[in-house]
Amino acid sequence: MLSVSDCESHFLVHLLLVQGSCLLVFSWSQSMNYPSTQFATSRQMGIYEPFRQVGVWRETFSGGYGSNIGASTIAEVDSGQENKIGFGSHESMGPSGNDQESNRSADKVQRRLEQNREAARKSRMRKKAYVQQLETSRLKLAQLELELDRTRKQVAYGGSSFGGSHMGYNGIVNSGITTFELEYGHWVEEQHRQNNELRKALQEHATEIELRLLVEGGLNHYATLFRMKADAAKADIFYLLSGIWRTSVERYFHWIGGFRPSELLNIIEPQLEPLTDPQPLDFYNLRQSSQQAEDALSQGMDKLQQTLAKTLEADQIWSGETYGSQMAAAFEKFEALESFVSQADHLRQQTLQQMSRILTTHQAARGLLALGEYFERLRALSSLWAARPREPTESYAF
Amino acid sequence: MEKVLRLASANDVVIFSKSSCCLCYAVNILFQEIGVRPSVNELDNDPDGREMEKCLMRMGCSAVPAVFIGGTLIGSTNEVMSLHLKGQLIPKLKSYEQNATS
Repeated sequence: MLSVSDCESHFLVHLLLVQGSCLLVFSWSQSMNYPSTQFATSRQMGIYEPFRQVGVWRETFSGGYGSNIGASTIAEVDSGQENKIGFGSHESMGPSGNDQESNRSADKVQRRLEQNREAARKSRMRKKAYVQQLETSRLKLAQLELELDRTRKQVAYGGSSFGGSHMGYNGIVNSGITTFELEYGHWVEEQHRQNNELRKALQEHATEIELRLLVEGGLNHYATLFRMKADAAKADIFYLLSGIWRTSVERYFHWIGGFRPSELLNIIEPQLEPLTDPQPLDFYNLRQSSQQAEDALSQGMDKLQQTLAKTLEADQIWSGETYGSQMAAAFEKFEALESFVSQADHLRQQTLQQMSRILTTHQAARGLLALGEYFERLRALSSLWAARPREPTESYAF
Repeated sequence: MEKVLRLASANDVVIFSKSSCCLCYAVNILFQEIGVRPSVNELDNDPDGREMEKCLMRMGCSAVPAVFIGGTLIGSTNEVMSLHLKGQLIPKLKSYEQNATS
């Protein structure tokens, strides 16, 4: 029966536990190589429960009592407390004969040893629990990584089955689209690498020949993209037209399956100063003709959409025996879409080629870099936008 | 064959197309944008359409639109677009005009 308040006895027990287990804590942490700073961070993370307790212990230990508690100090504290509190024992307080005192000392020692053992046991159990938790977390992490990998592959192989707008696939794999997605990923990486090379070459004042090589490489890289897109168009024209294979901001500026040729010229033009004759006129003509071609294709696409809509809206035809032939007619129009995308890509490619013909090597290099950086900017913007902090959903108080 | 050539020479710019072909429509728009009004012959609305189509293929143009400038076959959409971006389409038109008036 304790004649003291609970918290005081708590304090005493805690003290003894600290004293008893300090060695264990110290040796444990040593063997596991955890610096004290990690204690703090893992506590902040709040993940590792047992660790937190250990941290608390450590802090209390080092903060409150210093790391070098001598036996005398403990004894001092101990006896002091005991005199005041009566240390959970039923023995009466106050001095008595030497025999009784020595008995009490022996008892004290025994109890202390027992408590040490107890504390050590508890410490070992906590350590075990912590390690088990670590193991479980590790397994979970491995599982998540596997799942992530699988999902990534599914997105790649499933192609347009990912994303609500492409319900047509229903999980059926389109290998043409699969291939395109994988190749496009590589294409973007290579583009990034080439941009870096161009930037470096321009900064370090590379030779004409070196720049020429880089420009040719850049143009060829775009040519590769157009070839890839042609194959993808055959696999699924709607996939290509949707722009789902690009980032969200790029998609916003999408025109018939890709970037606008006029956009290209707008991006490049500021990079070209100074233009020398006959460049200004040539550039103006190129800008004008690409704009006209762009307008013509746009109007053609509009017409195609209108005629296709008319075909699909005419519901009196879509029945019975004529259903098959109507489907065939619709498919024919879809093929026309392929031609338009092909023409749009052709226009892009021609604009790039003409641009490089009009400009000096140095100008062309600057132009290509500007173009590459522009697309990088759009991609980065898309990522940031996707990751932006959202407003917490408002709770309505009624 | 003669019909094709006859029709092809009937105007500065002649387009052989099909009524459903929107790419032909686009090429037509392009010429209009640079100030030319092409003649359009729709093969699917012509009784000799099939023959004419085969003839055009033999001449080297496998798809509509088939574009003639000054009676000479230029090609299809690709060729027209390329010429225009190179800045060679308008000069070609002009040269035909000069020939016609001289």
